[in-house]
Amino acid sequence: MPQQFVLDFERPIVEMERKIIELRTIGEGSRINVEEETQKLSKKLKRMIRDTYSKLSPWERVQVARHPQRPYTLDYINGFITDFVELRGDRRFRDDKSIVAGLGRFEGRFTVACIGHQKGRGTRENIERNFGMPHPEGYRKALRVMKLAEKFGFPVITFVDTPGAYPGIGGEERGQSEAIALNLYEMSRLRVPIVVCITGEGGSGGALALSVGDRLLMQENAIYAVISPEGCASILWRTAEKAPQAAEAMKVTAKDLMELGIIDEIVKEPLGGAHRDPDRAISIMKRAIRRNLKELMAKPVEQLLEERYQKLRGIGVYSESDT
Amino acid sequence: MPAEWFKKGVIGRIKSSKGKIPEGLWIRCENCKELVYKKEVERKGKVCPKCHYHFRISASERLEMLMDKESFVEHDANLSPLDPLKFKDSKRYTDRIKEMQKRTGVKDAVVCGEGTIGGYPVEIAVFEFGFMGGSMGSVVGEKVTRSIERSREKGIPLIIVSCSGGARMQESPLSLFQMAKTCAALARLSEAGVPYISLLADPTTGGVSASFSLLGDIILSEPKALIGFAGPRVIEDTIKQKLPEGFQRAEFLMEHGFIDMIVDRENLKPTMIKILSLFTTKEERKKDAAA
Ligand SMILES: [Zn+2]
Repeated sequence: MPQQFVLDFERPIVEMERKIIELRTIGEGSRINVEEETQKLSKKLKRMIRDTYSKLSPWERVQVARHPQRPYTLDYINGFITDFVELRGDRRFRDDKSIVAGLGRFEGRFTVACIGHQKGRGTRENIERNFGMPHPEGYRKALRVMKLAEKFGFPVITFVDTPGAYPGIGGEERGQSEAIALNLYEMSRLRVPIVVCITGEGGSGGALALSVGDRLLMQENAIYAVISPEGCASILWRTAEKAPQAAEAMKVTAKDLMELGIIDEIVKEPLGGAHRDPDRAISIMKRAIRRNLKELMAKPVEQLLEERYQKLRGIGVYSESDT
Repeated sequence: MPAEWFKKGVIGRIKSSKGKIPEGLWIRCENCKELVYKKEVERKGKVCPKCHYHFRISASERLEMLMDKESFVEHDANLSPLDPLKFKDSKRYTDRIKEMQKRTGVKDAVVCGEGTIGGYPVEIAVFEFGFMGGSMGSVVGEKVTRSIERSREKGIPLIIVSCSGGARMQESPLSLFQMAKTCAALARLSEAGVPYISLLADPTTGGVSASFSLLGDIILSEPKALIGFAGPRVIEDTIKQKLPEGFQRAEFLMEHGFIDMIVDRENLKPTMIKILSLFTTKEERKKDAAA
């Protein structure tokens, strides 16, 4: 199926795909043999895809991470969670639809809690979901469901994909700082395994509030940064137009986060990115989660917590000289 | 005095040094914009005599104000930032670090150690706003975490004085995860039953507000301090309207239930002593007196 939303650097690829489809249509309707030509073009297309996606710049990855056809949290949940029951609201203020949370069965086998940022498809749903930018009640709902999971011994899977916390009046009035901080605090000692899947944009504190866990898995085209590249550029370069430079400087890619010792695993995406084959992306992610959950669920809880602490404890690069 | 002199001389210089007290006899208050006599400001603990605005002070000034004389022993002063991202905007991060270290005399944006307040032993971490806006990178996160851990090991109360614009962009993902690291350490402190008092000074925003500073057992703030996650300008740009007067100030946070009290600088030490005394049993006090 051709893509509906095409990024600039993907244009030649999508054009080639259209040409192949066109050629096949011609072949079907007539006696002209197009087989040889289609095969030639298909080979060329494969090479083009590999060449394009093997050397994406950080800024191009930012765009892939934000691609509107990339699978979102509910797509993953529908992909490998059965009997999913969505749970709503923080029991304090309201239900924040930019974060979804609930219980279900992982591959039909055992109960897990799933919590993730949820972006919308199309304008109307995006407004309803606030483009995946949470208010404090979103983090509080997430925490409520995590505590529920802890109470009944269900492992937690989180999906991280948000531009960041929503910068508005209500969010500040209701203490988004405190809500984020409390999640970091409670997640560090939650007595059940937590697998964190970074599936798109890991934007600042809004992303971090769902990112404390035993294993951090990051898709190869996902990004993570302390501030959006546009925000960083407008502060340090005094113009948002320098976002590509900011993306480069902030080391936003999965490879960078692996080298900095923050994530544990880079999860492969289908050739060309998760948006080009969502089903495959979901199935690769499912296998990674399954393997990690299996390892974590075998550990005694005290060991789990100690390892989680030591992992966080070790993050940071500095010098300590005697002078 | 010719008006011209005011325009080009003192006032110009005052404007350029945001929040800091410049040289000269008179300074302009950042809050009420009045010219005030510097000596009087100093005498009041760097508080504006006209509007009561609390000027930003350095970590060493704060420690001097708060700690018992000669009781403070600094720890981890030799931790120094590296440049793991090889970050460069208009300037290299490494050059910024050198420049800041030269200007402030500290290696990064927080000073940590132990001492006593009114005789009560405490572990304390104080932010140095002059060092890259008090921003938190690996060094700040590590030093704060070590402070929390020392407080836990020794069983002495923890005080953190925040004054920071947030996480440091130049160490992007590492900065972000210092928030999680410090909060994890606080969770352990809490389980050990050691009190943590958080003091917020102007400003406490971004990643510092969204981690340890708003998790105090008791949270104090200086008057009118800016406290919040998103910066006011970012919010205004997003919602395309002006923010109400006093939004994200300490008084606003107290009204919304996120801090316990607003304390004037001149009452800060007595307030700390009172709080510390409430967490100490009679036996412990006797023991301290005997020691
Ligand atoms: Zn004033």
